Amino acid sequence: MDAPADTLNYFIGGYGFIFGVMAIYLVSLVVRFRNLRQDEKNLEEMEEK
Amino acid sequence: MNAKSKWLSVLDVVSIAGFVAAASMVFFYAPMERVMGLVQKVFYFHVATAWIGMLSFFVAMVAGIIYLATHRTRPDAMKWDIVAVAGVEIGLVFTLICIVTGSIWARPIWNSWWTWDPRLTTVTIMELAYAAYLMLRAGIEEPERRARFGAVYSIIAFISVPLTFFSIRIWRTIHPVVIGGSDPSASGAFDMTPRMLQTFFTSLVAFSFLYGSLLWHRIRMGQLAAKVEQLKLRLSE
Repeated sequence: MDAPADTLNYFIGGYGFIFGVMAIYLVSLVVRFRNLRQDEKNLEEMEEK
Repeated sequence: MNAKSKWLSVLDVVSIAGFVAAASMVFFYAPMERVMGLVQKVFYFHVATAWIGMLSFFVAMVAGIIYLATHRTRPDAMKWDIVAVAGVEIGLVFTLICIVTGSIWARPIWNSWWTWDPRLTTVTIMELAYAAYLMLRAGIEEPERRARFGAVYSIIAFISVPLTFFSIRIWRTIHPVVIGGSDPSASGAFDMTPRMLQTFFTSLVAFSFLYGSLLWHRIRMGQLAAKVEQLKLRLSE
């Protein structure tokens, strides 16, 4: 019986892409949320003055 | 801005645990397919991301319908616009993962990174239609006009979702069908063993919880962005 095709590189590439994009999206959510919190704080201070 | 709900914290923990469990099953539990080798394992997360992409665009369409139905009578209708944007953004991320992982799988199996097969063509149209949603929205400054436009667009763009889902069942295609059996001309189809099926369904469930968590976080971010926009408008008056 033939051995399975050697597709390890494609497997690593596929899961590398999945984890990479998900990590980038999570980081983008955290960064945008923090920036908005900072904007909110600054604008509220400006409004109080 | 509301404090983070304890239910969201619980959902975060369940999502992370589910994701780790699904990834562990893919790497250590599911057997290697005897023809395609390890690249077949990309299939588990490829299908799960496709499912989340389509579910997310469905959520955006429902939110668009509710917004249009309530925006004249309910002052809090803008929350549905926030849900729709969250749905489209997350749908785009997961559909992009689905398209690229499909291409990576196709290279050794079809001997090509890309072919204009009905499924690949319709999923590309779907992704581009929703990418245009975000770009066009960004060009509209007035919030209510932007929300109305977004709602109508998300309903019309949803036509691309069933078109993508059924494309491999309607037209002759080389893309395998997971549920319902493939076209005889499909290339790369395989029968799932019980362990493969368990890994497949665990991935679908894990990604569904992950989606719930991401959507909730993205909605909270949208609410905060709306508050900041209101503050800016008040200060500029």
